[in-house]
Amino acid sequence: MLDARGQIRRLPGVRLWLSGGWLALLVLAAIFAPLISPHDPLAQDLFAGRLPPVWEQGSDPAFLLGTDSLGRDVLSRMLYGARLALIVALVAGTLTCLIGATLGLIAGFFRGWADLIISRLIDIWMAFPPVLFAILLIAVIGTGLTSVIVAIVVIDWTRFARVVRAEAMSQGAMDYVASAQVAGRGRLGTAMTEILPNVLPTIVALLTLEMGIAIIVEAILSFVNLSISTDQPTWGGMIAEGRASIYQAWWVLVFPLFTLFLTVLSFSQFGEGLKEHFDPVLR
Amino acid sequence: MSFLSIRDLNVSLANGAPLLRRVSLDVAAGEVRALVGESGAGKSMIGKAVLGILPRAAKVTGGSIQLDGEDLETLSPKARRQRIGARVALIPQDPLTALNPSRRVGPQITDRLVDILGWKRAEAEARALELLEEVHIQAPDRVMKAYPHELSGGMRQRILIASAFAAEPKLIIADEPTTALDVTVQKQILKLIREMQQRHGTALLFVTHDLGVVSKIAQSLTVLYAGKVIEETDIKAFFAGPSHAYSRALLAATPKYTDPDGSLTPVPDSVIQAVEAEIAAFDAGQMGTVRA
Amino acid sequence: MSEMIYQLKDLKVSFPDMSKKPLLGAAPRIDVLKGLTFDIPKGEVLGIVGGSGSGKSTLGRALIRLIEPDDGAILFEGTDITHLGEDRLRPLRRRFQMIFQDPMSSLNPRRRVGGIIAGPLKLQGLDNVKGRVDEALDMVGLPRSFASRYPHELSGGQRQRVGIARAIALKPDFILADEIVSGLDVSSQAQVLNLLESLVQDLGLTLAFISHDLSVIRRLCTRILVLYQGEIVENAETPALFADPKAAYTRTLLDAIPLPDPAQAWF
Repeated sequence: MLDARGQIRRLPGVRLWLSGGWLALLVLAAIFAPLISPHDPLAQDLFAGRLPPVWEQGSDPAFLLGTDSLGRDVLSRMLYGARLALIVALVAGTLTCLIGATLGLIAGFFRGWADLIISRLIDIWMAFPPVLFAILLIAVIGTGLTSVIVAIVVIDWTRFARVVRAEAMSQGAMDYVASAQVAGRGRLGTAMTEILPNVLPTIVALLTLEMGIAIIVEAILSFVNLSISTDQPTWGGMIAEGRASIYQAWWVLVFPLFTLFLTVLSFSQFGEGLKEHFDPVLR
Repeated sequence: MSFLSIRDLNVSLANGAPLLRRVSLDVAAGEVRALVGESGAGKSMIGKAVLGILPRAAKVTGGSIQLDGEDLETLSPKARRQRIGARVALIPQDPLTALNPSRRVGPQITDRLVDILGWKRAEAEARALELLEEVHIQAPDRVMKAYPHELSGGMRQRILIASAFAAEPKLIIADEPTTALDVTVQKQILKLIREMQQRHGTALLFVTHDLGVVSKIAQSLTVLYAGKVIEETDIKAFFAGPSHAYSRALLAATPKYTDPDGSLTPVPDSVIQAVEAEIAAFDAGQMGTVRA
Repeated sequence: MSEMIYQLKDLKVSFPDMSKKPLLGAAPRIDVLKGLTFDIPKGEVLGIVGGSGSGKSTLGRALIRLIEPDDGAILFEGTDITHLGEDRLRPLRRRFQMIFQDPMSSLNPRRRVGGIIAGPLKLQGLDNVKGRVDEALDMVGLPRSFASRYPHELSGGQRQRVGIARAIALKPDFILADEIVSGLDVSSQAQVLNLLESLVQDLGLTLAFISHDLSVIRRLCTRILVLYQGEIVENAETPALFADPKAAYTRTLLDAIPLPDPAQAWF
């Protein structure tokens, strides 16, 4: 099917529904993890180690997705892991967005000294290898949920600042900004009523992308054992542990990895879908 | 025998909406024909259909385009590109976007000669220098080495004109070549196009919305509305009094400083309604012939 | 002598030339307006004409203080506004308004027409905003239902009417129109010019109309100012200017206009 522009017609809202559906499922799983988890995610049972998922030979129907080498239930650990993943995604994503977008808006619209300082800061920041930077940071401030969130905000605010600055600059050159000035609107008011609404769809798309990235960063930090303490189940931690027994028990690695992949993809698709849905020009 | 002969050309969007409605049009060798209409009338579409550069969404759905007696629609895409490359050139509307900003001007003129016509690079460069002189550019050797942003809008348009005439095409399609320019620069550019056209005996299909410009450069004109030919006549007859009411209204809306009270008259709603009804009736008739 | 709405004395504006900026240090400045002196009487429709690079748009933007001049003075109804800060300008802004060249970029694409027109009214703290928006739409000949549409749903001519409605809704004393018909089709061009003509009469506006084309402003303007490279080369009543252009540049501009008449000897 083609639309008037000869482009393949996108089924409206399909990706919004699919990605939103997955994310909603995840949120429910995270909230009700204690109720729906078949097992205690930390309970070890060395006699029930490396049990395969139910459809494989030699499985135990009590462990739907199998167990890891310490005999912990993979499904329960993934459900609890969703809690941390979502907390990191929401809190770190939102904070990064608020800080980065504000700085970008200030630099791009008000220009002058503010722009000079913020732009130089961005340049310097971008020259650091981000993951090493995060590892270094956590090594200094210590592990834990707050540290992970701080690390993500500190490394990733430039992603927002750069894009929002460029957008704000191009919007600032538009005549409707001049026309707001003619109407007597102050600089701050103009930034809020003329610039921000036009930059908002981009910010929303970036925000959801950032939530996905936050989950990945958390997974990477877990992978190198620098995230939340080891007795809390996280997807990244599970992937790290699963790597060691990939030949004996693929499911320990594959299920959390696939969940992580679906979640990050859903976040970015959800953002794009929202952007399309709420943009009066694209719609 | 006309050099370009378009018969019953239909162009539509992928969703079936018509852009051109059975357009027929002839340009004789050496003739200057103006193609006039307001935005959305499809006047640029005709040139694009001839050159084979229609937007992705638009497709030729009927009719024929003959160039020098050869039906372009029956040729293979490659053969078609070669015929067009050798015989037809375009002077685009926006001199800023038509030149690649990251390449020097010289190679942008000679590319066509080397790539399509197989000239040697040295020959092509000599020809380009000659042409830049012909379009009254001082120090052409310096301009060949310049980047587009170092030149003024008028200068860039001169380069595009030189480039269009480079391969001695038999037909040039000029798509609103002066719309982006100031009145004084517009005059220089029109003068140049006319001079080059007369010297080289090139046929010219001149797309514009400005009847003032039409009266200066063209011998004949075709008026379009909503992709349909509304009127086709020669210049003298048209300016003595157009036969179609819409053409008359268009002429009355054109500014004329020598007649402030008789010009700049908005096109009356009744005229728009009448021409829209004509289009609707035409479309209904088309449906009939398809069914029959 | 009639009352003056604007008095300009030796107005100078310059911009930094970034293309010639040395590696270290400030960019050299280009003088865009080189000392302009003229008055605009109340009720006048002034045409400001010139080619690209003449400084006509810069002059317009200086008049409504979107640009701060380097030197000289701009008096608006006797008040010196040359270097006023934005806070002091705000109460005056209601009284001089602007219609922009490109109606697409001057209308915020994310706001509905009603919101666009209402914006300045709310800012200036006026009452009965809805009524004033309707009234402005009526005056520019757009249906009131257009208030709920977005700019991209309108044609070029309709967008330009929205731009006009936004400017007149504040009931200003002075309106600056910057090349507002150059992007329009001939039929919309004629409509917009006729609309302006009637608004000037009905509302008793003072209007400055910037254009590169003398032919569109003959009927509309009472006086014409011709600019060339930042200087005034001619300032004359419209009939006198067309009957007997004094400056060579004015004649060049006039001769460059192609009349829709094959009998005119033009090339």
